[in-house]
Amino acid sequence: MSYQAPYKDMQWLVEQAYQTQQLGNLESLQDFDLDLANAIIDEASKFASGVLAPLNMVGDEEGCTFSDGQVTTPTGWKDAYAQFRDSGWIGLALPEEYGGQGLPKYIAQPVNEMWLSSNLAFVMFAALAQGGSEILLKFGSDELKARYLTQIVTGEWTVAMALTEPNAGSDLGALTTKAIPQADGTYQIKGQKIYITYGEHDMAENIVHLVLARTPDAPAGSRGLSLFAVPKYRVNEDGSCGEFNDIRCTGIEHKTGLHGSPTCSISYGDNDNCVGELIGNLNQGLMAMFVLMNEARLSCGMQGVGLSELAFQKALQYSKERVQGARADGQRVAILEHPDVKRMLLNLRSESFALRSLGYQIAALIDVSEQSDDAEAVKAAEKRIALLTPIFKGFATEQANELAGDAVQVFGGMGFVEETGIAQVMRDARITTIYEGTTGIQAKDLLHRKIRVDQGRCISELMADIRDVVEKSPDSVVNQRLGQALNQLAHVLDSTILNPSAELAQLDAVAVPFLNALGGICCAWQLVELAQRAQVSKAEDEVFFGNVVALAEFYSAYKLPQAQAALTTVIDEQNGVGNYEF
Amino acid sequence: MKVLVGVKRVIDYNVKVRVKSDNTDVDLSNTKMAINPFCEIAVEEAIRLKEAGIATEVIAVSVGSSASQEQLRTAMALGADRAILVETEDTAEPLTVAKTFAKLMADEGAELVILGKQSIDSDNNQVGQMLAALTKRPQGTFASNVSVEAGHVAVTREIDGGLRTVKLALPAIVTTDLRLNEPRFAKLPDIMKAKRKPLETKTFADLGVEVKQHIQLDKVEAPAARQGGVKVGSVDELIQKLKDEAKVI
Repeated sequence: MSYQAPYKDMQWLVEQAYQTQQLGNLESLQDFDLDLANAIIDEASKFASGVLAPLNMVGDEEGCTFSDGQVTTPTGWKDAYAQFRDSGWIGLALPEEYGGQGLPKYIAQPVNEMWLSSNLAFVMFAALAQGGSEILLKFGSDELKARYLTQIVTGEWTVAMALTEPNAGSDLGALTTKAIPQADGTYQIKGQKIYITYGEHDMAENIVHLVLARTPDAPAGSRGLSLFAVPKYRVNEDGSCGEFNDIRCTGIEHKTGLHGSPTCSISYGDNDNCVGELIGNLNQGLMAMFVLMNEARLSCGMQGVGLSELAFQKALQYSKERVQGARADGQRVAILEHPDVKRMLLNLRSESFALRSLGYQIAALIDVSEQSDDAEAVKAAEKRIALLTPIFKGFATEQANELAGDAVQVFGGMGFVEETGIAQVMRDARITTIYEGTTGIQAKDLLHRKIRVDQGRCISELMADIRDVVEKSPDSVVNQRLGQALNQLAHVLDSTILNPSAELAQLDAVAVPFLNALGGICCAWQLVELAQRAQVSKAEDEVFFGNVVALAEFYSAYKLPQAQAALTTVIDEQNGVGNYEF
Repeated sequence: MKVLVGVKRVIDYNVKVRVKSDNTDVDLSNTKMAINPFCEIAVEEAIRLKEAGIATEVIAVSVGSSASQEQLRTAMALGADRAILVETEDTAEPLTVAKTFAKLMADEGAELVILGKQSIDSDNNQVGQMLAALTKRPQGTFASNVSVEAGHVAVTREIDGGLRTVKLALPAIVTTDLRLNEPRFAKLPDIMKAKRKPLETKTFADLGVEVKQHIQLDKVEAPAARQGGVKVGSVDELIQKLKDEAKVI
């Protein structure tokens, strides 16, 4: 079975996010109402199921091929790209001035989710176009904007981000690619980069590489990095593609998953003829990268949602068809009838539903931060986004891995066989906890930059909001459980996380359990709030809204205790990490 | 040449149809709705005629509740120039719909009406034929190819055992079969533009269409669940069962 967008879930959760963040009050969003959102989600879902989903397995089985510096994408990729580009989806949330549609993030988020579910490997270029454009918009000179933005937004050219080097992964400060200033103000770029998604491919005429490099007298470490725009083909005065810019793909990786997405090694300036132009100021490349990073982290969290949804759909379908075992009366049954299979499916369903809601809320918050005239509201939204970003990225992708594992388990032995397609989801999900900042890095960002640096103010505000939801129905068991988890979290913050005498090594060792605990609490918060709204609307659709209530109950019984267990780890000082000799 | 094209709001073909517990109708509450697939093919054909410079204007028409505006917007996102909704909260019978189109065809001076051969909800397959009779204009039903030449439209029809091509004097009525074309996906910029295209709402009274009830819906039942098969020992036994149990021979 191929992916079908969960239209009803999306429509309802988009509406909840729109209302919670009061987007209807924003003047600039008057033209982008829920009716338009629904029309766009509907059309995008046809494209996702009709064009992208059928290519997902093709990409996995064929992969990309590399020969003599050329990368060939899997069968159908090129046509699908042309169709995607011509349908205007690349410029979804990019400015109209450059050929985009300027849609708010709250509409772009569900659309992106469908692309990620239906064919993650294929659609990686879209997030690169989005992130690359935002960098150029914020930091690029008018000249750079004029040269590149329209081409990128309309998908004529694609973007590649060249950061990682063999000795500079998470630690970008260690990178050595050189940028040597020339008399005409441009730079000669020279060095080797690896892990460059769509660094070379056959789908578009030109590729704009955004390369992080170091000028000769730059300070050491991450404060000496500058960002350069380096096109595969130099751009002529009239905007057409000109001379080859001495950028060579030297190979592609043989990976666990995402086979359809070419992960390239690139050599810049082998013949000292690779010209780049500075984006923004010298030595401020990392600042520009952070724009992209935050965007990429949220998008990566949505990948977790999209893959969990795909895993759920496949597992549900299989569980309805596979007959094994019997009821007490001897009647043979589909495995969906077995309580343990239901438990696994509900793990998938409750977590993906909650994370989708969280992802849509964050998107709506971004709209507030970008569109609101109220300075206070903008500031509050920015702080909340900053806090939620590492939680969402880290937790959604960790969960996607766990849930893909559950989905494989539902398939039993067939799950371990590639032809069912569920193993692909597991393999594709594996990278999501690694790229765009590993879970460990998200956890440190959360713990230090987002909580300790502001002395817990932002997290206290979040907890107060969650408390408000809990107290709306204090008699409900589900709410009480969330209330208990909040009490525990408050204790952990006081005694450990915000304790001035806490040892840093000790804190870092429990950073990931802490992130997971917050992830679980945030998801429970979403489901409890959604269940409250579902109770109100129940008469409209008893099955759908009844199920939302059931998801909140399930989550509070099976998943929330895992968050509480993680909190127990966080306050345990005798956790042994520092005591073992390796 | 103006082209009128019919657009009906029906249950999405991906959705599992549920019958209301009191068997009065199909349960459509909170169900995903879509353009009837045959109507989508009709819209696509009309847009192709416009792109080929043959049609000057494509007008999408729906007879249904105000929610049908969604499907008309979709038709405009695909390329229809404007839309008319003839609003009614009751289910319109084929004859009422045919009368409505007949009136609009005259009012708009349309030379070609393209309709789906049937809708996937009620499967009547009647409106196109009735419209032809009411307007006394030629019809080309179950079209798998349409080509417009000076004053005529040649329609290749899918019939039992082959294809038949008919040449109709314009104005004419064409109903679409599945193989006529493959509808395109709407482009994002066109979805945005469709919001601003004109959508006019009318009533049967505005058009002077008299609504009479000819059909009464007695009950709706879900098809019987499939029974398990049995293995027969011989051809004779099979024939016996087909005669006595299945009563088909």
